[in-house]
Amino acid sequence: MIVVEKLIKSYNSNRVLHGVDHAQERGQAVVLIGPSGCGKSTFLRCLSQLEIADSGRITIDDVSIEGGRAPRNSIERERQRQLRMRAGMVFQQFNLFPHLTVLQNITEAPMVVKGVSREEAEEHAKMLLGKVGLAQKAESYPAQLSGGQQQRVAIARALAMQPQVMLFDEPTSALDPELRDEVLKVMRDLAEEGMTMIVVTHEMQFARDMADQVLFFEGGLVAESGPPEQIFGDAQNERTREFVSRSVRK
Amino acid sequence: MSGTARLSRVTVYSLLFVLLLASRPFTVLADDHLAAIKSSGVLAWGGDAEGGGPYSYPDPEHPEKIIGFEVELADALATRLGLKAKMVQNQWDQLIPALDRGSFDIILNGLERTPENQQHIAMSVPYFVYAQQIVTRKDTAGLDTVEKLKGKTVGALSGSASLKLLENTVGIDVKNYPGNVETLRDLKAGRIEAVVLDLPMAQFYAAPEPDLKFAGDSFAPGYYAVGVRKEDANLLASVNQALIEFTRDGTYERIYRKYNVWDGRQASLKDFKADAVVQKKAISTLREWPKYLPLLLKGATTTIKISVLAMALAVVAGLVLVLVRMYAIAPLRWLAQAYVEIIRGTPLLIQLFLIYYGLPEIGIKLNAFFAGILGLGLNYAANESENYRAGIQAIPRGQTEAAQALGMSQWQCLRHIILPQALKLVIPPVTNDFIAMFKDSSIVSVITMVELTKVYGMLAMSTYDYIGLGLMTAGIYFALSYPASLFANYLERKWSYDRR
Repeated sequence: MIVVEKLIKSYNSNRVLHGVDHAQERGQAVVLIGPSGCGKSTFLRCLSQLEIADSGRITIDDVSIEGGRAPRNSIERERQRQLRMRAGMVFQQFNLFPHLTVLQNITEAPMVVKGVSREEAEEHAKMLLGKVGLAQKAESYPAQLSGGQQQRVAIARALAMQPQVMLFDEPTSALDPELRDEVLKVMRDLAEEGMTMIVVTHEMQFARDMADQVLFFEGGLVAESGPPEQIFGDAQNERTREFVSRSVRK
Repeated sequence: MSGTARLSRVTVYSLLFVLLLASRPFTVLADDHLAAIKSSGVLAWGGDAEGGGPYSYPDPEHPEKIIGFEVELADALATRLGLKAKMVQNQWDQLIPALDRGSFDIILNGLERTPENQQHIAMSVPYFVYAQQIVTRKDTAGLDTVEKLKGKTVGALSGSASLKLLENTVGIDVKNYPGNVETLRDLKAGRIEAVVLDLPMAQFYAAPEPDLKFAGDSFAPGYYAVGVRKEDANLLASVNQALIEFTRDGTYERIYRKYNVWDGRQASLKDFKADAVVQKKAISTLREWPKYLPLLLKGATTTIKISVLAMALAVVAGLVLVLVRMYAIAPLRWLAQAYVEIIRGTPLLIQLFLIYYGLPEIGIKLNAFFAGILGLGLNYAANESENYRAGIQAIPRGQTEAAQALGMSQWQCLRHIILPQALKLVIPPVTNDFIAMFKDSSIVSVITMVELTKVYGMLAMSTYDYIGLGLMTAGIYFALSYPASLFANYLERKWSYDRR
């Protein structure tokens, strides 16, 4: 359902992605691991079209976009929007809208982008809030919530657009350790429900438990990929073994 | 409670400060300046060269040089007193307060020898006989007496005898101008039906205009005389003696003929007999506030109307400007940026003059009210757009990314995510500008609008109570701007979402 072909991305003269290929079936949870600066986040940001790849092709579901340049006309912009709507993004820094209540954070995009009626959007939002365990916080503002609660709202906000795939960009890195589990639990629930997911994370336990496939990124390429048992138990690549042993020791 | 206490202390201090500024200068004036003037060797005379022909005006051939019949008269007078004349430029309708402050020794600038003027300063024997002249457009018929001006809009120079004469005639809609050039320009533009002004000015400025004509004969003659401070009795005596000699030795005729202002009336100068001037007691406008406060409040309503409407225009136009500047295609973006830079880099006064006096030349004629709102509003729009830009740039990048990732278009993101947050951030600077607008709006008095500061100026000119009127006027401005800042505080609190 997700196909990425030869994705290349540079910032100025610094090449971050060196031609990444990736294919993923519906319902699969894929975890990206690797040292910092290896291109994991850039890969996610290209998928959600927050960055425009220099070249390569991204296909999600029935929408396909070539890299190379920002959309120039309304047809290209609409295609980009369609791709974005198929990928729900969860950021490290949550990026909730501080001027809107929790409920409004979730209903805003369905109402503005999809034209869903307020009643329908609110009903759906309340259901999602129940799912992330925050039904009683609907009328709160983001500043009144803990980091873990904010990130759970951010997940609900992305789910409200009914994406084909959820992209998580280090969703627990900005959280105190005691707040991480509540976010990870929501992510586990999603994976168990069969949500297609790509997760960039340093949470090795989550990768080991939940991933159908683990991708080890290094130097802008997928250095090794395979089921968690392989990556964490019997990695073929020397660098993968080093990274995994260092990460697990921590 | 502590807030109230602090406020009242601040208020008391600021009132004391105002009083200090408004009170008489601390330099102790000697009983008579004649000795000091003689020892300095310079007779400083006050006059206004802006639109001052044929009295004192820049020589068209050599604009750095001021010429005019009064310039030559001042030279002759100084020479007769064994001194050198030096002109001090001063706005005409503020000559008397400036003399009072000691900016110069005498006023020699078409100052009418009226009982009003003699309330505050001493005036010499006359040196010129002026008369009033009605000027209209060539195609206007029948407006040849003051009586026939009733029901018409008529312009006159601020603080002049012409203005007084019009204001004393019931039923004329009088417009008050800072200079004569502007009155005649508005007459040509059709904003007013007639202008009443002193004959020499009419001959100098109106007679050469092909579109204008003198309506009827000149009337209501009066005298120009030299103004001196009341305590300068010896100076006054010397000036009088010199001026009387000028009637005999032909000095007047020589100078006046040169500037084409000699007429039959001037011969009567030598027969002048001074009437006794009845001194009225000084007016305290504070004590008589029921008489003056309503006039000031009426001016304040104009100030409010103009400020509020101009600010509304600025807030909306500024938003359009900033959106074009930040998000439109390149040529439009450059235009918006150029607009902001040009407006911020040029004086509001000149922008206002261009809109009011300049646009009619290309066929766009706005009345003073709309010209004022447009001028102030478009000027402040540039500032507001910069405020908005700072606000928009202060919103973290992650907000835009989150909106984009949800599929919002650039406009949807701006409209629903960025602007609501940015507008809250800019409440304090925009409120500052709104308060500044109340004060800046006084500038529309140069295009004949009578707002609070103009009313203050007009009343102060006739009562000389600058302190009392100043306190009342400052109080009204404060009463306007303080609620505005309270309202802004309220909005900030109401819209705050980060501290609950």
